[in-house]
Amino acid sequence: MSTYPDNLKYAATHEWVRLEEDGTATVGISNHAQDALGDIVFVELPEVGATIHAKDEVAVVESVKAASDVYSPVSGEIIETNGLLEDAPETVNSVPYDDGWFYKIQISDELELDELMDADAYSDHCEDD
Amino acid sequence: MGQKTSLYQKHLDAGAKMVDFAGWDMPINYGSQIEEHNVVRNQAGIFDVSHMTVVDVSGPDAQNFLRYLLSNDVAKLDEIGRALYSGMLNETGGVVDDLIVYRMSFGYRVVVNCATRDKDLEWIGAHSKGFNAKIEEQPQLAILAVHGPEAIQKVCSILDDARSAATAELKNFRGFESRAWFIARTGYTGEKGVELILPNEEAPDVWDKLMEVDVKPVGLGARDTLRLEAGMNLYGHDMDESISPVAANMEQTISWQPQDRDFIGRAAVTAHKAAQLAGNLPILTGLVLEQRGVLREGQKVLCENGEGVITSGSFSPTLKHSIALARIPINSGACQVDIRGALTDVRIVKPNFVRFGKKVFE
Repeated sequence: MSTYPDNLKYAATHEWVRLEEDGTATVGISNHAQDALGDIVFVELPEVGATIHAKDEVAVVESVKAASDVYSPVSGEIIETNGLLEDAPETVNSVPYDDGWFYKIQISDELELDELMDADAYSDHCEDD
Repeated sequence: MGQKTSLYQKHLDAGAKMVDFAGWDMPINYGSQIEEHNVVRNQAGIFDVSHMTVVDVSGPDAQNFLRYLLSNDVAKLDEIGRALYSGMLNETGGVVDDLIVYRMSFGYRVVVNCATRDKDLEWIGAHSKGFNAKIEEQPQLAILAVHGPEAIQKVCSILDDARSAATAELKNFRGFESRAWFIARTGYTGEKGVELILPNEEAPDVWDKLMEVDVKPVGLGARDTLRLEAGMNLYGHDMDESISPVAANMEQTISWQPQDRDFIGRAAVTAHKAAQLAGNLPILTGLVLEQRGVLREGQKVLCENGEGVITSGSFSPTLKHSIALARIPINSGACQVDIRGALTDVRIVKPNFVRFGKKVFE
């Protein structure tokens, strides 16, 4: 697993977003974020159908160590959440960019993606963290 | 850069994530805290706790001094090797530190917390005036704690015949000296196991031998969830100098008899006991949250007759839900915890959640 996959965009608050071919986007938290949190024991996800704005608190991750808010990197309507995380929240630790995704969103403003970091910029951001 | 134990390189070799702990570079985990926790509940894990402070007390007045210094009574230690858990109190009955004291051939060995080392040594030194007792810190000693259902058998398998036989025979809260080593059935996990107190230079070899018999390294992260499940207090969180042992579930560490034993803080904790019986002093109790969410230190507890606070809280890897220690008004029935703004019902239970791998509360 790459630490910073090239096909993703990243927020300074350590969420990633992947633009899918159908124009929807998938959101999760980065490898850096899961590593800092340690073993994740609960993930509280948004309601499907909810309309959210970029930088809204949209989910909560509870690890053994701490509770952490997750901010949506983009605006839009939640169209699906990852039910796997209900029973297997540790999936976020093992495969944060794959089965550990949080939600899928119908994005309302693709230009918001341009404000996010690419893999190189995010890698630098994490080193400064 | 902090202080390093003699096992620092072993931690790095094992892939530890190192953190600062009261000025020491210590392993918080070696990958997954939950896996390390489960290893101790199910097999055997090893903790490097060499950062803790060992202080030997000897001389003709060693016993009288410790009977004055500690709330528990070292006169109960009727055989060499026996161990006692005690508080060391100030005049107002607050807890300066909690500690383990062992009776040794030369007198007593006291193991205190690392974060409180400086003030403890100062406190012990200052109160020893007038006693003919020698107080010597033992920084040349490492402490390895090996715990879990398979721990004693695995430790015995790597020791020489004499130490192995003596370790296998040990009862809980008892230890024995063997040349420069001291081996005791004490710990902080709620599982069977031993603590090996031995010279720093011998510790890496013992570590390697235990790794070879599949004892797994366990970091301070899992140490915290293990002790919380076992309902054991953590100094600076569940009690400190402003908290009476009576309000910290530590009354069993106060030896009220004999009545003529004068120990520091006696008058204050006697008054605390009376205040608690009159309903005016809180208790430290256990809380259980069986639904989603995690109880955390500092969260407010709302009870019928007043407010309390969580002093330690986490997810319990063994029970797979959250547990906490909380200081709340005595005789509280129902209570709720403010979890990030949401008032959540929790259950009050005895502050002891897991022993020998099994749930113990109703």
